[in-house]
Amino acid sequence: MKLLKRAIAATAVVALGAAGIAAMGGVSKAAEEFKAAWIYVGPVTDGGWSEGHYQGQLAVEKELHIKTMKVENVPEAADSERVMTQLVQQGANIVFATSFGYMEPMLKVAKAFPKVKFEHATGYKTAPNMSVYNIRFYESRTVQGTLAGMLTKSGVIGYIASVPIPEVIMGIDAFTLALRKVKPDAKVKVIWVMDWFNPGKEADAAKALMDQGADVIAQHTDSPAPVQAAEARGVYSFGEASDMSKFGPTHCVTSEVDNWTVFYVERTKAAMNGTWKSQSTWWGLDKNALIIPDVNKNLPADVQAAGAKVREEVRSGKRLPFAGPIKDQSGKEIIPAGKSLDDGQIATINYYVEGVEGEIPK
Amino acid sequence: MHHDTVTAILLSTVLASTPMLFAALGELVTEKSGVLNLGVEGMMLIGAVIGFVVTAATGSAILGVILAAVAGALASGIFGVLTLLLLANQVACGLALTIFGIGLSALIGKPFIGKPLSALPQLHISGLSDIPVIGPLIFGQDALVYISILMAIAVHLFLNRTRQGLIVRAVGESHDAAHALGYPVVGIRFLAVMFGGAMSGIGGSYLSLAYTPLWSEGMTAGRGWIALACVTFSTWRSARVVLGAYLFGFFTIAQLHAQALNVPIPPEFLSMAPYLATVLVLVIISRDATRIRMHAPASLGRVFHGG
Repeated sequence: MKLLKRAIAATAVVALGAAGIAAMGGVSKAAEEFKAAWIYVGPVTDGGWSEGHYQGQLAVEKELHIKTMKVENVPEAADSERVMTQLVQQGANIVFATSFGYMEPMLKVAKAFPKVKFEHATGYKTAPNMSVYNIRFYESRTVQGTLAGMLTKSGVIGYIASVPIPEVIMGIDAFTLALRKVKPDAKVKVIWVMDWFNPGKEADAAKALMDQGADVIAQHTDSPAPVQAAEARGVYSFGEASDMSKFGPTHCVTSEVDNWTVFYVERTKAAMNGTWKSQSTWWGLDKNALIIPDVNKNLPADVQAAGAKVREEVRSGKRLPFAGPIKDQSGKEIIPAGKSLDDGQIATINYYVEGVEGEIPK
Repeated sequence: MHHDTVTAILLSTVLASTPMLFAALGELVTEKSGVLNLGVEGMMLIGAVIGFVVTAATGSAILGVILAAVAGALASGIFGVLTLLLLANQVACGLALTIFGIGLSALIGKPFIGKPLSALPQLHISGLSDIPVIGPLIFGQDALVYISILMAIAVHLFLNRTRQGLIVRAVGESHDAAHALGYPVVGIRFLAVMFGGAMSGIGGSYLSLAYTPLWSEGMTAGRGWIALACVTFSTWRSARVVLGAYLFGFFTIAQLHAQALNVPIPPEFLSMAPYLATVLVLVIISRDATRIRMHAPASLGRVFHGG
C-alpha cells in the first residue's frame, strides 16, 4: 500500500512538474521574440573589419526592429564554440560569425542546434542550417590596379599583404592583371606582414617598399598606417576596409569600403519570415556590398574618369577581373583569351600571376 | 645593394628602435634597483594613448609626450605600491599591469580610433642633413630620436659614474646591506620604478605621435616585451641596451626589406629572430656564472621585508 501511495504521489508530482514546464514553455514561447547575434574577432571599434560588420548589426536593429546581441574579442579557437552555444541558449535565432577561424566551431554548434540559422563570413563549409557569405573584395583591385598603372612612373608597385590565404592572393592577382593592362612591364612587390592589424609593421612595410622604388602602395591589411606613411613621402596609396582618405588627403587615391549592411538585413529578414535557405553569398559592387569612393579630387581628370569607368564596367559585369589570357609567374598560360576563371577557381586561387615578384610564403 | 637602400634600412632601423630604446632604458634602471617590472607593454600602451589624446586635444605634441611620461609613471606607481609597500609578487603584478594597461588604453582611446594626427616634425639641421648616407641618418630625425640617444648617455653616466647611480645599484645588489647602511631602499626603488614607467610612457607616445601618428588598440604589438628581452639580452649593461635595441629594430626592418628583395628567408623566421637571440644569450650567460653575476642585480625580483 505504502508503495502504491508513493508511486501515485510521485506520478502526480512528475505530471504536475511536466505540466508546469509545458505551461512555462508555452508562456516563454509566446513572449519569445526574434533575436540575431554576432560574434567578432576584435573590438567593434577597431575602425576597420569588425566595425564594418557592427554597422550591419546596428542597421538590422534599426530597420527590422528586433533585438540583437554581440560578443566582441572572441578568439578564433574552441572558445568561440562556447560563446556561440551561449548565444543560442540566450535565444538567438540566427548567429553571424564574422571571421574565418570560426568555421569549424560554428559547424559543430550548427549540428547541435538544427533549428537555429548560422551564417559564417569568409569560410567555405556549409550545413543545412549554416551558410557562408563574403564580399567580392577583389573587384576593387581591378579599379586599383588600373589607377596604379596610370599613376606609377617607376613601374614598381608595393603591395602589403596580410596572411597567405586565397582571399588575399586573389586580390594581388586581380590588381596585377589590371595594372599590366595599362602598363605591361609594371611589377608588383609583395611584403607579407603576417598580421591583419599591426600599424607599426604595416608602416615599416610601406617604407621598405617605397625605399625599394615603389611609387604606389596598395594594402590588404586593416590599419591606415600605410596610407599615412605613403602620404608623408608623397606616394600614392589605396585605403582598405574603410574610407581612409583623411589619412592621406592628397595621395590616397581611393579606398575599398566594405558594406555588410544589405546582406545582414536581407538574411535576417529571410530567417524571420521562414524563407532562409543554406546558401553561399558572394556579393560585390553589383549589390552595393562593396563601395569604391570616387577618386581623389587632387588627381588628374583622366585618372578620376578612369576610376569611375572601370568601377562601372566591373559593376555591370562588362569587365571580368579574372578574364583571360592569364599567365602564372613562369609564363604558363592558365586560361586563354576569351575565357575567365569561374567562382570556384577564384575562391581557391593559390598562385601569383605574371608580374608579381617573389613567392607566396608556405 | 644601392647605397640609398642601405641608408633607408639604417634610417628605418633607428626609427623602429626608438620606442624600444626608451622603454628598455627605463626598465634597465628599474631592474638595476632590484625590481622586475613585467608591465612594460601595458605602460607603453598607456603612454601611447595619453600622448595621442593630449596631442589631439591641445595640439601640443610636447605636452602629449610629457603627460605620456606622467601617465606611465603613475601606472608604474600602482605597481610600486603593490610590490614595494604591500610586498606583492613582482612577476604577477607586472603581468597584471600589462593586462590592465591593454584594457585601460583601449577604453580611453575608443573615441580616438580612426582620427589622423600630423606627425612630429623632422628636424633638419641645414647643410648637415644633406650629407650622403649619414646625413639623413644623423641629422634628419624628429626630436624624440635625439632625446632617446641623450637619455641612453645619461642613463649610462648615471648608473656608472654617479654616486646616486651607485646607490641604486647597491640597492639592487643587496637590499639588506643597503638598508643596513641607512639607505631608504623602498624609496629608491619606488623612484626607479617610476622612472621606468615614465620612459615606457615616452616610448609608447613615440609610436602614437611620431612613428604611426594614430591610435589603435594594442598598437605596441609586443614592443614592450622586446624591450624587456633587450634588458636581459644586454646582461644589464647600459651600452649594450642601446646595441640590443638597435639590433632588434634592425631585425624587424631587415625582414621586410628581405621580402621585397626576394631574399629566400621565411618572414616568420626573421620575426622570431629577436626572441631567439635573447634565448641564445640567456643560455650562453647562464653557462658562465661569473659573467652573469658581474652585472645581473643579485636582488632582482626579491621582496624586501625590512624598513
